[in-house]
Order: sequence, then structure tokens, then C-alpha cells
Amino acid sequence: MSMLRVLKIVFAVAAMTFLLAPLVAILPLAFTSSVFLNYPVPSYSTRWFAELFTADVWRRAIINSLVIGLGVTVLATVLGTLAALGLRERRLPFSGVLRTAFLLPMVVPAVVLGVGMQLLFVRMGLANSYLGVIFAHTVIAVPFVFVNVAAALQGVDTRVERAAASLGASPITTFRRVTLPLAIPGIVSGAVFAFATSLDEVVLTLFVAGPNQRTLARQMFSTIRENISPAIASAAFLFIVGTILAALVVALVRWKSAQRRMA
Amino acid sequence: MTQPYIRFDKVTKAYGDFTVVEDLYLDIAKGEFVSLLGPSGSGKTTLLMMLAGFEPPTRGAVIVDEKRIDQLPPHRRNMGVVFQSYALFPHMTVAANVAFPLEMRGVPKADRKQLVDRALDMVQLGAMADRKPSQLSGGQQQRVALARALVFEPAVVLMDEPLGALDKQLREQMQLDIRDLHKRLGLTIIFVTHDQSEALTMSDRIAVFNKGRIEQIGTPNEIYDHPTTRFVADFIGETNLLDGTIETSDASGLTLSLPGGKRIRVAAGSNEAAGKTVTVSLRPEKIRLGADAGPSSSSGNSIPATILDSVYHGDHLRMVLDAEGTRLIAKADRRFGDLQPGSKAVASFDPADCWLVRS
Repeated sequence: MSMLRVLKIVFAVAAMTFLLAPLVAILPLAFTSSVFLNYPVPSYSTRWFAELFTADVWRRAIINSLVIGLGVTVLATVLGTLAALGLRERRLPFSGVLRTAFLLPMVVPAVVLGVGMQLLFVRMGLANSYLGVIFAHTVIAVPFVFVNVAAALQGVDTRVERAAASLGASPITTFRRVTLPLAIPGIVSGAVFAFATSLDEVVLTLFVAGPNQRTLARQMFSTIRENISPAIASAAFLFIVGTILAALVVALVRWKSAQRRMA
Repeated sequence: MTQPYIRFDKVTKAYGDFTVVEDLYLDIAKGEFVSLLGPSGSGKTTLLMMLAGFEPPTRGAVIVDEKRIDQLPPHRRNMGVVFQSYALFPHMTVAANVAFPLEMRGVPKADRKQLVDRALDMVQLGAMADRKPSQLSGGQQQRVALARALVFEPAVVLMDEPLGALDKQLREQMQLDIRDLHKRLGLTIIFVTHDQSEALTMSDRIAVFNKGRIEQIGTPNEIYDHPTTRFVADFIGETNLLDGTIETSDASGLTLSLPGGKRIRVAAGSNEAAGKTVTVSLRPEKIRLGADAGPSSSSGNSIPATILDSVYHGDHLRMVLDAEGTRLIAKADRRFGDLQPGSKAVASFDPADCWLVRS
């Protein structure tokens, strides 16, 4: 085995450890029987999961996260998909500028967005409302949908759409029967990313959400500051499981669409 | 020609300052097979796209069956289009691809199946109905595209270099298949190609495009034997273009002086004035090689030549000759195989095979 090969393996292991260590550290604590969030774990139990699903604050936070997440998923997927479709038109003026504008929320610091939104939402009467939180999350979720759908649309041959038109399909029918089915893997990936973005968003939530719109992430954030309860670790465990499931959905959709084209 | 079915009336297509097609007239009869032939960028595909409705003309009218269609969107034109890239729907089966245009026209499901089966049988792909396009070879995909473009019996079938991506053998088979379908179904076909032999073998008429204009339009025979311009003579097949000055001109043609000083007779252009410089096209297969001028030399032209190069092509030899200062390409019979570069021969050709072309 060459020196380079050894170095590559060492580097890979180091990188993996760096990425996964925090997860590995928190996971056993989700099953602790102790009331403190620290090691060693005296014995294993599921009491903190029970706490999550029975204690009012946690239950409420989970429901809030799901409601807001679903709202964001729908809104961001529709907006991001429309944006990607619109910017596909090559002759559109300023398409480069518009493209950048749609990606901007990815790079603008969330704090800056949060301050702006808080000021704006108070004026619009959206402060401390579900709609406000959904709008705020949507702003940062749209770029993920946009990027995914734009990439999927890039793989759709415009000549195939022209063929559909020449065979008698109106623009709407062409979209429904040809463009959409071919872009659906990108749209689903985008939707999953939008949901995930909303789920773990804390900063914007701190600025625009009221006590009634506490999401799971927001609840974890305040719990860790106020009373360090192992319920946080249990919530984190749910997050990780949820994320893995979402990743599996994306992988499945991609695999299925590849299969559909092949066989 | 009978009543034109398709008419391009002074059609211009420009993108900004760049004119792709300029003031173009073209009439096509019903049931005709017309090839649009030309180098890439000559405007032939743009013309097809204007007919299909994907590009609106900048000026002028496109008329089909006495109706102006240039403002009609593509899906209301009832034309079958076959693209070079096949453009099959990758997420649908072969049968669903072919059924698509029928579905768009509201054909009942029961009839659809029957028509699809018939169309697939026509292109010998009946057994592939349930496959996905990606499971087919290039030639099979193109045949599906063909079936899909024909199944709804369109008024016109447009083909944009449909055979460009196929290998030679398959291409020749498909050429015959398309020609056969054209004859059997009486289709009106507009066929874009840059392959001159494809155009020659398939078409009723060929329109040769150059820089957004039609240089010449005519039957394959006319285009090949009687090219009117230097571009057409050069683009269609191989040819020798001889520039010369007219010495004398009479009722049977003219006598031309080539730059090397050699005089040849040309049985054309009897109304041209002496002293003028003209260009003559002489096809390589019209040049006979021999040890001497041969028996028919009295009325013809014969030039002593030195062989510069001889390339074996299987059924013939392609020879490059130096005929007293004029470079000639000749297709020679294989029995001249022993003529090596450097050896002498006499090149003879008939005045009637020399054709005057415009520059």
C-alpha cells in the first residue's frame, strides 16, 4: 500500500469523524434515564421520548414544526418551480440578475434577513403568526427548490417539448405530459430540502415567531439555555431519523425515475 | 407544377442584424418529396422550423393549402416533425409515444391501439411496443419517431436531418424505407439534409441552399447534370471547375482557352461574347482516360496528361491529373490500375459534358 493511499484513508476517516462525531455524541443521551444531559449514561430508557410526546411544550413544538414545515414545503416548491420554469426562457431580459436574486437568501446572513422581516412583519400584521413564520422560512427554502428544479429542467431536452407541440399538444398539455414528468425528481428533491430547511431553521424563527409558533428547533434552542434536559437529545434523535428518511425519499425518487427511463 | 400546396412567399428570417433566410420563394406540390440541401448555417433548418411553427418569419408569408399559417402555433399546424435527435418522450413506452398525437386529437382509445399497432408494424417495430426508448438502438428510435410523425396522417411531414446520427448502412436502409413510405402513402415530405447523396437518391426535387438563399431548385438530375452556379456544381458531388476565356463562340457552343493555353470545345453558352471569362463544370466520371485520344476524339476534347495521384476506391480509381497545366480529377476504370503516378495518358471528354456555371 502506497503512502498516498494511506494518507487518503487517514484523511477520509478524519473528515468523517469530524462530521459525524457530534451526532454520535448526542445520540446515546437520547436514551438516558438520567435527568441531566451528560455522560455517563446510568441506564437506558425511553422516558425522554415519552416526555417529548406528552409534555405540552414539546408536543406543541412538534406539531408547529410539522404545520409550518408543510406550509413552507408547498409554498416554496410552487414558487421555486415557477421561478425555475420562468428563468428557463433564454430570451428573458436580466435572467442572470434574476437568477442571482433567487439564490441570494442562501448567502445573506439569516440575522440580517431576520431583522428585516421582523420590522416588515410588524407593519404588515404578520408578526407572531403562523403565516409570518411560513413566509420567513419560505424565503430561505425557495433557493433550494429553485436550484434542484433548474437542474432537473436543464436535463429536459427542449426538442422533446417541441416534438410534443408538433404532435398537437398545447403548451399546457406539453407541460403537464412532458416537462413536468421529466422534472418531477428535481421538484421532489426541492420539496424535501424545503421541508428540511424549515425544520431546522432557528434564527429567523427567533425573530418572527411568537410564543405560539415555537418550532421544535426553537424549543430545543431555548431548552438548552434554560434547563438542560435530555429531551433535547431525544428531539435531536427524531431530527436525525427524519433527515435520513427524507434523504431516502430523494434517493428513491431519483432511482425510480432513472429506472422508468431505463425500463 | 400543379397547384402549390406549400408556398413560402418572400420569407425573411433575421435575428437582429443577422439574416438567416432572405426573401425566399419556394413552392411545393402535394405529394412531393423536396430536400433542402446545403451546408450548415445556410438557412435550411430555419426554413423547416418556420414551417413547423417554432420560428416566426420576420417578414413574408407561409401558406399551406391556401391558408396563411405563419401566425399559427405549432400544435395547430398538423405537421409531423422528425428531429435529428429523435426527440422521443423518454418517460413513455414506444406505444405511448406513437399514441400521443392520436390522444391529442381525441381519437378513442380502441381506435388508438389499432392505429398504433399499424404504424409500428409499418416501421417493423410491432414487437417493441412496450419498451422504453432507451432500450432501443438509434435506428429503432428513429423508426419510432417516424411512426409517431406519420400515425396521425399529417398534411406534411418535416424531417430535420433525421438520419444524421445513424451509421452508413442503417442510413441507407432508412433512406429506402422513407422513400418507400413516401410513395406508398403519397406523403408530402420536406427533408433537410447536408448529405448530397441522400438528397440525390431520395428527392423529387432538391433546393440547394447557400447563405440564406436557394441557389438552385430542380430534380436531382437537373441539379447534378446542369448546375447553374459554381456553388451548386461544387457542393453536389465532385467536379472539376475550369476557368477559361472565350476565344470564339458559334451556334454549336464555344471554344475556351484554359490558363495553360490549351483550347477546349464546350457545347453550351453559344450566346456568350468572346473575351469573357467563364467557368465550366466537368464531372470526374465524364473524363475518359486512354493511351491515346481514342476513336471519338474527332468531335471531343483530348488533353495529354500526367498522372499525379491514383487512389483505389474499390469500384473505381480516383485520379488526379495534370492536363497541360490544368489540374483534373477523373474517375477511372479499375483496368487503369497499373497507371502509376508519373505515367502519361490522354484525358478526353465530350463538349456536351462541359457545363457553364455562374460564379
